[in-house]
Amino acid sequence: MYLQRSRGEALFSVFNIVFLVALSLTFVVPFMSIISTSLIGIEEWARRGAFILFPQKIEFGAYQILFTGGSRLATGFFYSLARVLVGTALNLFFTATLAYVLARRGLPGRVSMTLFVFVTMVISGGLIPTFFLIDRIGLTNTFWSMVIPFLVSPWNMLIMRNFFMALPESLEEAAIIDGATPLQTLVKIVLPLSTASIATIGLFYAVWHWNEWFYAFLYINDTIKLPLQVVLRNILTAGMIEDTEMIPIDQFPPAQSLKTAMIVVTVTPILCVYPFIQRYFVKGVMIGSIKG
Amino acid sequence: MTDTALPVARTPRRSLLTTLHRHRLFYLLAVPGLLYFLIFHYLPIYGIIIAFKDISPFSTVGDVITKPFVGLKWFRQLFESFYFWQIMRNTVWISFLKLVSVFPASIALALLINEVPFVRLKRIIQTVSYVPHFFSMVVVAGIVMSLLTTEGGLINQIIALFGGEPHMFLGDPGQFRGILVLTTLWQEVGWGTILFLAAISNIDPQLYEAAVIDGAGKWRQTWHITLPGITFVIVILLIFRIGGLLNAGFEQILLLYSPPVYEVADILDTYVYRSGIESLKYSFATAVGLFKALLAAALLLGSNVVAKRLGHTGIW
Repeated sequence: MYLQRSRGEALFSVFNIVFLVALSLTFVVPFMSIISTSLIGIEEWARRGAFILFPQKIEFGAYQILFTGGSRLATGFFYSLARVLVGTALNLFFTATLAYVLARRGLPGRVSMTLFVFVTMVISGGLIPTFFLIDRIGLTNTFWSMVIPFLVSPWNMLIMRNFFMALPESLEEAAIIDGATPLQTLVKIVLPLSTASIATIGLFYAVWHWNEWFYAFLYINDTIKLPLQVVLRNILTAGMIEDTEMIPIDQFPPAQSLKTAMIVVTVTPILCVYPFIQRYFVKGVMIGSIKG
Repeated sequence: MTDTALPVARTPRRSLLTTLHRHRLFYLLAVPGLLYFLIFHYLPIYGIIIAFKDISPFSTVGDVITKPFVGLKWFRQLFESFYFWQIMRNTVWISFLKLVSVFPASIALALLINEVPFVRLKRIIQTVSYVPHFFSMVVVAGIVMSLLTTEGGLINQIIALFGGEPHMFLGDPGQFRGILVLTTLWQEVGWGTILFLAAISNIDPQLYEAAVIDGAGKWRQTWHITLPGITFVIVILLIFRIGGLLNAGFEQILLLYSPPVYEVADILDTYVYRSGIESLKYSFATAVGLFKALLAAALLLGSNVVAKRLGHTGIW
């Protein structure tokens, strides 16, 4: 399909590739500079500024402080990870059970139940009524405030329902005739047939949990219970680390190095899984655009 | 449920119970999910009445139910304040600026990526341009702050190189919206190409072959085949974007703004957050939130109706 027809077009092709490669660099370079900044010492910072692509001397002072000092990195990492694991597991349970029922053709009340969920996609109570509820039922300042208010995403649930509806009905019917309960059918027939789609939805939830910061910031006051994203936010805005103890280190790293080191720590897990999960999210965009 | 039209009065009841009983295990399976929506979505929807009462942080759940209505007091307070129009303007304007930059840029980028003749290179460019979409807003804000800091950030280093003075960009009302737009552009332009690229790949290759035989160059192929081929996607996506016009980027602004730039950066969402969570004016903040939600729902439903008129299935 690609025919080089004229010199003009060949020239365009060259410019196009050069432009796109340069554009790609604008996505990479800021992040590379973040890594570099996190690795410079106070002396180099004073001499060259914080934005450096290649440090002359690599210093791990910032990381040393983050990992050994009184920073909230360890607890933050723990809560982020716990949130991803526990949160996603619960998400999948609550989403799959509801999606399975709503995918059941001919079940009386199915339309009403779907509508019941669907309404929440258009109307929501908003920030204050939700906060009031979470606070009054005693969830604020607990780990569960990052999990329970977000058990089912209507969007993900509807996607999963569509996956289930695409499965051949006869298999389920056979199981039900053999006396399997709906839960058994779900666990033994439907789920094994849709592991790929379940994993995809699980990925959506997991990445959401890892990146979510606002509600954790809103609901949790105890610095010891904050997930990594909020710890990062506090370091960025406050410009310092809470509860800094005396740290055995020759020279304190520049504030910019600490901030950027924290960015690196927060985003590394995402970057590690990114190459493997990217295509599922791309697919998700397509599914969402075709049918909701 | 379908039996309710039966003439005999007692039959529907009994048959409803029988149906419920027959499918009880299915309903049981739906209970956790439905209960979740009831508690965490419908109770807050009920809580909207906070906007019509006088509720403070010290109020109990009982107060929300029993306290007298105060009518539209909080709405009147909102509409009568001079600040309201400023936030409305900020919300719509910031959102509009983002729309008119990110949206066309995504189309242009998709067209350019499509012209890359090497599949591997194409893949790499796509993969790289999607990365920022996966960063949390805190990380993106952190990168922006690091680039703009007066403590040796890139931009101020460049300014210093030309003999200028370091500038606090994030505290400058003249620059702030531009920074918001550029940040969103950086984070979302690549991700925004996905649907356009998909639409382009769905165009019948025979059209291009025929065009080539007719002597059409690349430019004319783009203009007469590719663009018309994706016009439908462009129109539909544009309509849905307009449906979300009141979402100007709450988290992004909340992380990046500061009092010196409130005049240009404060949007409905941030105003709800500050008046409710920071100033503890629960009822007023709920009223502002409700106003925004109603307007947003109307926009969303309206855009969906328009999309359906154009032959799209709609978002639902």
